[in-house]
Amino acid sequence: MADFQRWAPEARKHLKSGPGLWVKLRLDPWLLVLLLFIMSFGLLVLYSGSGSSEAAVHRQLVRYGVALLGMVIITQINLRHVQRWMPLLYIAGLLLLVAVLLFGVGAKGAQRWLAIPGLPRFQPSEIMKLVVPLTVSWYLASRPRPPQLSHVIIAMALVLVPMMLITKQPDLGTSLLIGCSGVFVIFFAGLLLRYVIVAIILSAAGLPLLWMGMREYQQQRVITFLDPESDPLGAGWNIIQSKIAIGSGGIDGKGWLQGTQSHLDFLPETHTDFIVAVLAEEFGLVGVLLLMTLYFLVLLRGLVIAGYASHPFDRMLASSLTLTFFVYIVVNIGMVSGLLPVVGVPLPLVSYGGTSVVTLMASLGLLMSIHARRPQRT
Amino acid sequence: MPWSKMDNQRQEVSQFKARLWWALLLIVLVFAGLVSRLVYLQVWQHQRYVTESDDNRQQLQAIAPTRGLIYDTNGVLLAGNRASHSLTLVPEQLVGGRRGIDKVLAELAQVVTIDKDDIKRFKRRLKQPRRPYSPVALRFQLNEREIAQITVNQHRLPGVRVVPELVRYYPLDEGFVHALGYVGRINDRELVKLDSINYSATHHVGKLGVERYYETELHGTVGHQTVETNARGRVIQVLERFEPLPGKDISLYLDAELQQNAAKLLEGKRGAIVAIDPKTGGVLAMASAPSYGANQFVTGISHANYQALRNSDDLPLFNRALRGRYPPASTVKPVIALAGIDSGIVSRKYSLWDPGFYQLTEGGRLYRDWKEGGHGQVDMHKSIVESVDTFYYAISDAMGNDPMTKYLALFGFGQVTIADQPEATKAVLPTRQWKRKNRDASWFRGDSLNLGIGQGFLSATPTQLATMTMVLANKGQWHQIRMIKAMDGKPVEKVSDIDRTNPKQPAKLALKRTSDWDRMHDAMIDVMHGKHGTARRSGANSSYKIAGKTGTAQVLGIKQDETYDAEKIAERFRDHGLFIGWAPAKDPVIVIAVIIENGGGGSSAAAPLARKLFDAHILGTKVESKGAAENDG
Repeated sequence: MADFQRWAPEARKHLKSGPGLWVKLRLDPWLLVLLLFIMSFGLLVLYSGSGSSEAAVHRQLVRYGVALLGMVIITQINLRHVQRWMPLLYIAGLLLLVAVLLFGVGAKGAQRWLAIPGLPRFQPSEIMKLVVPLTVSWYLASRPRPPQLSHVIIAMALVLVPMMLITKQPDLGTSLLIGCSGVFVIFFAGLLLRYVIVAIILSAAGLPLLWMGMREYQQQRVITFLDPESDPLGAGWNIIQSKIAIGSGGIDGKGWLQGTQSHLDFLPETHTDFIVAVLAEEFGLVGVLLLMTLYFLVLLRGLVIAGYASHPFDRMLASSLTLTFFVYIVVNIGMVSGLLPVVGVPLPLVSYGGTSVVTLMASLGLLMSIHARRPQRT
Repeated sequence: MPWSKMDNQRQEVSQFKARLWWALLLIVLVFAGLVSRLVYLQVWQHQRYVTESDDNRQQLQAIAPTRGLIYDTNGVLLAGNRASHSLTLVPEQLVGGRRGIDKVLAELAQVVTIDKDDIKRFKRRLKQPRRPYSPVALRFQLNEREIAQITVNQHRLPGVRVVPELVRYYPLDEGFVHALGYVGRINDRELVKLDSINYSATHHVGKLGVERYYETELHGTVGHQTVETNARGRVIQVLERFEPLPGKDISLYLDAELQQNAAKLLEGKRGAIVAIDPKTGGVLAMASAPSYGANQFVTGISHANYQALRNSDDLPLFNRALRGRYPPASTVKPVIALAGIDSGIVSRKYSLWDPGFYQLTEGGRLYRDWKEGGHGQVDMHKSIVESVDTFYYAISDAMGNDPMTKYLALFGFGQVTIADQPEATKAVLPTRQWKRKNRDASWFRGDSLNLGIGQGFLSATPTQLATMTMVLANKGQWHQIRMIKAMDGKPVEKVSDIDRTNPKQPAKLALKRTSDWDRMHDAMIDVMHGKHGTARRSGANSSYKIAGKTGTAQVLGIKQDETYDAEKIAERFRDHGLFIGWAPAKDPVIVIAVIIENGGGGSSAAAPLARKLFDAHILGTKVESKGAAENDG
């Protein structure tokens, strides 16, 4: 409060000098412009990746609209108020995850959706992508920092419980992303470096355990990743074909709508998880670099916002959300280019699909909200 | 404490900012890693992936040439092509993929007939290396109902396709197979021998007869196209196309009507008829009975049907016209007589008193004439007309092996006379060397006597007998015996014009005195029209003159490999009836050789059939379906 009193007059001065529309809307123009660039570029690729489906582009546009609206609403929320409701939100989220396991619907042996009458179908695990970092940030913000071991253990538990519930669906990709978001919070809470090193060693040792805990199809994905040629027509097909798509794109690509790998159906999931292969095939290295530059600027902006944040909660949350966004990009592009095993992680803001776009925009909305309420300096 | 708290906060913020810098470093490093991966794929390995991408979408497809058609001498289609539908599966597209195959097969079995053989062959094809999404054939020649059934159920049978292809079709089928041969599916053995490029889109190959001999010409040259396909193998567009060169059409000398008539005359019998145009050597008819349908072999005959054909005592698969080795019996007498006269061993005026038998030594074995009591005084003319064995015992005893086999060879015995029937055999012309080699014995006088009446070691195919008759009718003028008349509309003078490996055309057989030919012709005319001619009943009441010679072979049922099966002797003890002849006698347009196994005498079993064919060919009379000529005399 003291800070606020000290800065308030200056802030008022700032307002007098003519606060822009951005400030009024609490939107960050940098992030917003970058988002719009990514979305436009994404729509272009999506049109090609969906087999020139105007309907798909149209639906995606509607999703973008809804997601932007959601983002604007979220930026209006003062995180100080949200903090108070965190335990409740967290418990509600867990209940929803349990509900998914009990009543969820889905396809291909995975039960990820919840169909509540009167509401659109949604994935509670997506909500947890926001709730988990929020909860861990809330928990550690009110504890001394650097966090003590007992607090770290409790924070880890807060992360692991939803992770386990989501892994059971099963949805390994989302579970890992949520795990990352929680771990990032703990890291940015100032976890002592020795703990960080111990954690890295422990997780390396835990890999065999993770392997044993994986379902057969998940193990198959890893095997296929390590040696795609072992099953060129089955599980390895996706990786081989997407590498061919990327490689044959060359520096400047085959041209928009000219990708043979995608348009002749050699490439799977061209409008969802493997959309970056379409981009690489049709727009070449230039196209991928352009998109990665845009992503990099988003990440940079996220880090800047985290750096400006004054409240520990804001700092932890902003940095964690930014790095989670980064993990999204790396896992997707790494998977499609054959560096990482095939995990169902969409390319942020570009892949077709409603839920992930809404969650990502919401997390960016949180970033903007944090930035809008940063201590003003002159 | 506020100051220390402030310190703590400062420290915390600076530590946080440090970690942000670390995070930035991580982001930059990982992004650099991703970018280098992309550069590796898109710049370094670009060429490799361009190739793989092109290999993915572009396929070289072979296009089968259309097989040449076969026509008869009047342009009647004997072998054409028709669309046949086969049932294929794309394993990758089946419900449940490759693992779902058994379920899909079970489901299909309710819609179309699929037997164990089909499944066995399908599984074998499935194991062969193949491109993903390429179809594997399950069944061929679906009928209309089956095509409809599959189409109706298509929605629940993804990956199941009905594929049309052109296959051989013999519109007149039965009765023609021994003349034309047939095509069948290429088997493993043939696959090794055939040109793998030219046959890359071809599923059938000539297995027998004309279809086999002219395989290269009928087949044509394969074409190819580069197509762009999607991942499921569907052709999106044709990028480049080289049309196949269709096979050449072949016209035969074969007269479809005459062939059908010959087949009709042989109905219910075992035997063969070969008819030749003496002016060209072209085969007008080549029938062997019993016969079988060729169409069933094109798409694959069922195991049961094939076994039935194979195990039949009547040997329907055996081409008697080309491979049946029969003792020519008395039909050989004109050649023996000419040999005696032309070699100078027998005087033209020679005659003998026939007591009904011949003896090599006083009191020795009796070589009997067919007529008890004999024919009285016999000269050459009478020896032919009445087929007097005693006369030939005498002159062949005088000649011995060498002059006889020499002249027999000049008439085509002991060699393959037909140029374009690969199955033809040369039968046996028993020279001294032959006997030494095959019987490990020297030539005895008794052997000469048997040879003189066309029995003993001598054997000939109906085609060879027809050849001999042609040379007789032509007074020594040879023509290459052949099926082919024209190719792609251009007349073929000699088969060697097409196939250089073919044996040379036989030379003209010149007798020292050409009048000997006329004497022989007169005798053979009297066989048909003389008061005592052996075939006078078959020659009676004809508006044109016929020259001929009957033969009755005292041999039991003949087998493919010339071994006599003792068990069959009891049921098949009757003589073979033979006839050779031509008409009109002075200006022949057709020569015929007929053999009826176990039919009895040549004059009763064979000559009437020849007469009917002469009438049909020269007068255009109709031949009744079931030969009414039996027991004609």
